[in-house]
Amino acid sequence: MRADEPLPDLEAFRSEVRSFLRENLPHDIRERVKRGCNDFTTAELRDWMAVLAHRGGWSCPNWPAEHGGPGWSHAQKYIFEREYALNHCPKLPNGGSAMLGPTLMHYGTREQKNRFLPDILTGKTFWAQGYSEPNAGSDLASLKCRADRDGNHYVINGSKIWTTGAHTSQWLFGLFRTDSSGRKQQGITFLMIKLSSPGITVRPLPMFEGSDELAEVFFDDVRVPVDQCVGEEHDGWNVSKYLLSLERFGAAHIGTTTARLDRVKELAATTPVGEASLLDDPVFANKLAQAEIELRALDVTEQRFLLGSSGAEAAMLKIRGTEVQQMVMELLVEVAGVHAQLAPDTGQEDRPRHAPAGAEYAAHGYFHFRKTPIWGGSNEIMRNIIAKAVLGL
Amino acid sequence: MRVDASDFELTEEQRLFGESVARFLEQEYPFEKRARIVAGEPGFLDEHWRQFAELGWLGLAIPERYGGLGGGAGDVAVLMEQIGRGLLASPLLTSNVLAAGALVASGDRALCDEILPSTAAGETRLALAYAEPQARYDPFDVATSARRDGEHWRIDGSKIVVGFANCADQLIVSARTAGDRRDRGGISLFLVDPGSPGIDAHHYHTHDGGRASDLAFEAAEAVALIGREGGGLAPLEHALDFASLAVAAEACGAMWAVYEQTLAYIKTREQFGVPIGSFQAIQHRMVDVFMRCELARSMVHDAVAAWGRGDRAEMARAVSAARVNIGNGARLVGEEGIQLHGAIAMTDEVSIGHYLKRITMINASFGDPAWHLARYAGLMREQSGNSGNGDENASK
Ligand SMILES: Cc1cc2nc3c(=O)[nH]c(=O)nc-3n(C[C@H](O)[C@H](O)[C@H](O)COP(=O)(O)OP(=O)(O)OC[C@H]3O[C@@H](n4cnc5c(N)ncnc54)[C@H](O)[C@@H]3O)c2cc1C
Repeated sequence: MRADEPLPDLEAFRSEVRSFLRENLPHDIRERVKRGCNDFTTAELRDWMAVLAHRGGWSCPNWPAEHGGPGWSHAQKYIFEREYALNHCPKLPNGGSAMLGPTLMHYGTREQKNRFLPDILTGKTFWAQGYSEPNAGSDLASLKCRADRDGNHYVINGSKIWTTGAHTSQWLFGLFRTDSSGRKQQGITFLMIKLSSPGITVRPLPMFEGSDELAEVFFDDVRVPVDQCVGEEHDGWNVSKYLLSLERFGAAHIGTTTARLDRVKELAATTPVGEASLLDDPVFANKLAQAEIELRALDVTEQRFLLGSSGAEAAMLKIRGTEVQQMVMELLVEVAGVHAQLAPDTGQEDRPRHAPAGAEYAAHGYFHFRKTPIWGGSNEIMRNIIAKAVLGL
Repeated sequence: MRVDASDFELTEEQRLFGESVARFLEQEYPFEKRARIVAGEPGFLDEHWRQFAELGWLGLAIPERYGGLGGGAGDVAVLMEQIGRGLLASPLLTSNVLAAGALVASGDRALCDEILPSTAAGETRLALAYAEPQARYDPFDVATSARRDGEHWRIDGSKIVVGFANCADQLIVSARTAGDRRDRGGISLFLVDPGSPGIDAHHYHTHDGGRASDLAFEAAEAVALIGREGGGLAPLEHALDFASLAVAAEACGAMWAVYEQTLAYIKTREQFGVPIGSFQAIQHRMVDVFMRCELARSMVHDAVAAWGRGDRAEMARAVSAARVNIGNGARLVGEEGIQLHGAIAMTDEVSIGHYLKRITMINASFGDPAWHLARYAGLMREQSGNSGNGDENASK
């Protein structure tokens, strides 16, 4: 299967998706995404999610119809992901849609599903993921943030760090230590916590390139009802592992990288070098071609993996996806040339400016996306997984 | 052998000077304080600028006859390496190395006498406006024009990313007085008062905490022609090569700082019950970082030595070679520094990301690695063409 082959029904689906996105995405959001801006207000994202949700659950493209999602096939999801990125739609917070949602569908009680899934779908609640701690990064199982049972409640004490969007979300799901007597993977419990609960303090952690998506969360005797536990008590490690096994789709972010590569071409074609353009420069064109070939190899690999798994597809797609993404981010910086120096939001709007649109986001994006080989299981940890699980080393 | 041992050694004086720069920056410009300084205007402290003058940093690259210290390329490299380590953002490079360098190289003694003593003393700041929207990194691609108007010259055109023009007392502007946009001849340098009518400035921050400006000139009156009419490109290219050497040394300092901090971090950060530096996957990456740092140091020495020998073509080759090798190496070191630290390096509170910012800005200054590689290839072709037999020449 090649999901981009022009099978008649898929082509119809593609144009349906495309025209809906084109007609409904607010123009200024589209323009900002196209320029490379990653910062959107919660209200903007929520409104856009509501529009997608209204269309038939498109806000949660991976969800089955049973839970209000579109119930798409793999090929349809693939097409949607590409069209979403190529039409310059903003990246949505996915803690609820891609992480907690599928976990609840598998492990949640009926009450939990009814209570939480609808608001994820409409974008009413945003969810943060509280796994990492200062001393539990790659070695996640060594986490220490405690949840002590007290009647019908857990009492939480400790802290979480690198919690994306904790300051813009209403809820947090995460892993907490309920027992420290056995192996470190045992005695971990998966809990859902309302971020406005008494005893929670959220401290934003500004990133070095100026983004403000990271935060730290402190828990001081925070009481959480036991019905907010997902799966069995002490079994949170397995609950979170199930989620990891699902995360295959879109791990490589091929859609957004393709959109950025298109942007590189567009900019290179209008960037003068001598009497010609940067796109005519054979050295630059070779680099661009190399990046496109790597992206193509990744794209085909993702499509192959949709058909059958080798056991390492999530890890491999994550590693290569982030590596190719970095290649393209670097090309954006190179195209911007001397204009790459301009920092966003620091100039005087009303003054003569020569930088091409989005030049200020070239280096900004390059800096920002250094995060992807680190998060979600660093690329080193992913290589360890492949070495162990697939190569048997 | 192409180089002798003295090319690799600092003099006792240079060693002490480097240590004093390092000490000053550690005490006066710690990372936390730097964050506050670069966020405020004009991006550095007047008090520091006065101290730089007293310490001789501002006159280091300026000849003694014009009130400077007449330091050589090696001295400037020592200063810049420490500036790279200390992440110092200031107009020192753009004003006192680059713009002052162009003025000196122009051979215009009268203007040098008039301007450089106060530049070395920290009283007059300069900015060199040469880059243009269509020119990418080619300094000879000049669309800005200058025409005579009675006693005066008037300038029309656009200049971009002029470093620290926000606080410059005088501008040096390249403009075409003859020829077509990409002719090497017909380019002249002018002294321009940034406050003159007909100049519109757009000031902004650069990612590394520095400042830059886009300038639009509309019949703006120049104060003076610098040097000979039509003779502007040679001094401009000379000054740009010297600035390239300076930023190569600066990047080298930044690389070593990233290396040292990352090495210390992986020895202390524990995951899975052991320091992450005990994993071979990490050790090999760290060794690669180390090797890039050593190569960078070699390339700085090489460029300094070539500069000392004074052969123009060899200088250009050595400088471009350094910018390619160090540019690529510094990017790798900065990226690996972040990766090996993990999430903590993505925060504003930790300096590693700020080194990558400076490294990236250096790579977008005075030619990126791709531009220098193409230039090196051109010089290489010329050299082989001239000697008739490249192989024989190289083995000597
Ligand atoms: C922008 C951003 C957003 C994030 N968002 C979230 C979030 O929403 N929720 C959340 O819970 N977490 C989040 N994280 C945290 C992320 O999951 C961790 O950063 C990641 O698990 C790595 O942990 P660490 O940063 O502590 O690095 P460390 O584990 O300290 O690792 C440091 C370096 O050592 C390497 N290393 C570690 N162990 C090994 C080994 N055994 N073999 C080889 N190399 C090794 C790592 O790969 C890395 O290069 C986010 C991180 C970032 C950067």
